[in-house]
Amino acid sequence: MNNIFVYCEIEEGLIADVSYELLSKGRKLADELQCKLNAVVIGDDLNGIENNLFKYGVDTAFVFDDNRFYPYRTLPHASIVTKLFEEEKPQIALFGATSIGRDLAPRVASALKSGLTADCTNLVIGDYTETRTGKEYKNLLYQIRPAFGGSIIATIVNPDTKPQLATVREGVMKNEPLTKPINGEVVKHNIDDYIKNEDFVLDIIERHIEAKKINIKGASIIIAGGYGVGSKASFDKLFELAEILGAEVGASRAAVDAGFVDHERQIGQTGITVRPKLYIACGISGAVQHRAGMDESAMIISINSDPKAPINSIADYVIIGDINDVMPKMIKKYKELSK
Amino acid sequence: MGLKIIVLAKQVPDTRNVGKDAMKEDGTINRGALPAVFNPEDLNALEQALRLKAKYPGSEIILLTMGPTRAAEIIREALYRGIDKGYLLTDRKFAGSDTLATSYAISLAIKKLSPYDIIIGGRQAIDGDTAQVGPQTAEKLGIPQITYAEEIVECNEANNNIIVKRRLERGIEIVKSTLPVLITVHSSAPACRTQNAKLFMKYKHARTVSELQNESEDYIKLQKDRAYLNIEEWSVDDINADIQLLGLSGSPTKVKKIENVVLKHKEVATIDSNENSIGKLMKELIDNHIIG
Repeated sequence: MNNIFVYCEIEEGLIADVSYELLSKGRKLADELQCKLNAVVIGDDLNGIENNLFKYGVDTAFVFDDNRFYPYRTLPHASIVTKLFEEEKPQIALFGATSIGRDLAPRVASALKSGLTADCTNLVIGDYTETRTGKEYKNLLYQIRPAFGGSIIATIVNPDTKPQLATVREGVMKNEPLTKPINGEVVKHNIDDYIKNEDFVLDIIERHIEAKKINIKGASIIIAGGYGVGSKASFDKLFELAEILGAEVGASRAAVDAGFVDHERQIGQTGITVRPKLYIACGISGAVQHRAGMDESAMIISINSDPKAPINSIADYVIIGDINDVMPKMIKKYKELSK
Repeated sequence: MGLKIIVLAKQVPDTRNVGKDAMKEDGTINRGALPAVFNPEDLNALEQALRLKAKYPGSEIILLTMGPTRAAEIIREALYRGIDKGYLLTDRKFAGSDTLATSYAISLAIKKLSPYDIIIGGRQAIDGDTAQVGPQTAEKLGIPQITYAEEIVECNEANNNIIVKRRLERGIEIVKSTLPVLITVHSSAPACRTQNAKLFMKYKHARTVSELQNESEDYIKLQKDRAYLNIEEWSVDDINADIQLLGLSGSPTKVKKIENVVLKHKEVATIDSNENSIGKLMKELIDNHIIG
């Protein structure tokens, strides 16, 4: 009882990266709080999945295996997680801040009438004193997240309700398996006790999921384009430079909304958070939300025709000019110099 | 027959483009200086509702929002685009509500507007970006949810179901759900239509009771003669809410600390866009092992 739970997402029969990241963080929090780390996995054909969890120090894996559980649908997953949490009474429960986690966690939080913090960028254990009543709480989970378009960083606590629920963005926590797997336990409850017929009122008619091929988070050089790049065709120049530099291409929300590139390349508060060695911002004005996702880059070069673009104030180098003019020169010069 | 659609919307500070006016000298943002706008994804949701209304004659759109009295502005903006009626949940007792307390209040208001077929709102509001109120409201109403909708493909009243295309992180999903359902709309959905001039003329004097307080008697009489100009205002009592479940007491999450993000000022080197200068920069990057 009062352990830490991580909801593990399943992608193509495998546990998602974000879930491994949460398990890694969860293990550390469990050690600090001297409690157990448990996982809940809901999916289809999950035989042996627990062995992957034990590598991350999961003490008990609650596995719900049924062909109706994959692909993910809100209601059956929410029913299972809600009932399991009612029984197990975890003190902390973590979900990925993904399409699935952000769909599921609020539904569970509402059913349990417990507090939930979205898109945390850090989780820390600490004490809290309620200012109004003076009541003291020990060992709460500090849920730290940007808000207000990234202009503030808020530390949120849930003192009176359990579990303390949080979603955490992918790539924020480190993926750190243990050196030696632990001898965990698997629990398989009777599925029919956890779901109702009404949980299946939604059918998935079609599903097209692209393979995860872009690894922007892991790239040491990122060339990102904004609305100022102007067109899909101009974005090709970014891809060309990325190709020869071994970089990845990212984008601001405005560029994604304009249809220049896919959503999965979006950097910023509602996209990916990155900390590359070099970040080249092309035609990005630098709204706070975008900066929240990249301002910890080791070096920032801004290419912008507007000398007053806000991003320039956090850049190390600013090139005032048009992408279509500057990019070919960078490509040409790099080719000459690296011969 | 037609559908009864309830649009959920929020008036938010425009955090997207923080101009110089909203920056304080210490590099932090003066949130009070940001203009109040119709939450962008709620506009995407409104457009989906308006399309449904056009496709299924006899449909009705009600907009529900919660906020201070000035939030009636977004109800007017929605009336100019084609909704039928607006409701503003406003009461000091709502202040300080987190997403759980907010979804409690909204679900009670929706129950008062029952029966309904579709509840639709934006995925998330740009001031908090939590995306929680939609699913939490659906749970409280005990109805299914379809998050991240990009398009309502079809709604079949006779069979009581709806087909929706969802935008996921790395792909799309087309799902079919029974009605009633709560849908949250993603920013990749079509933008909302502009305001209609005729509707603007019709509704420009639409007011809430609070807004009428400072108006002349003649103006108030004009309102009374034209019921469609009345924007309904609901308080905590109107929705029979338990005040313990609202505001700070009804919010399990507490803000322990707020830190302002200070935009770093560092030395910026400006480079000319000529070939020579760019060449020098590229050489420097290679020499310092940043690229290459």
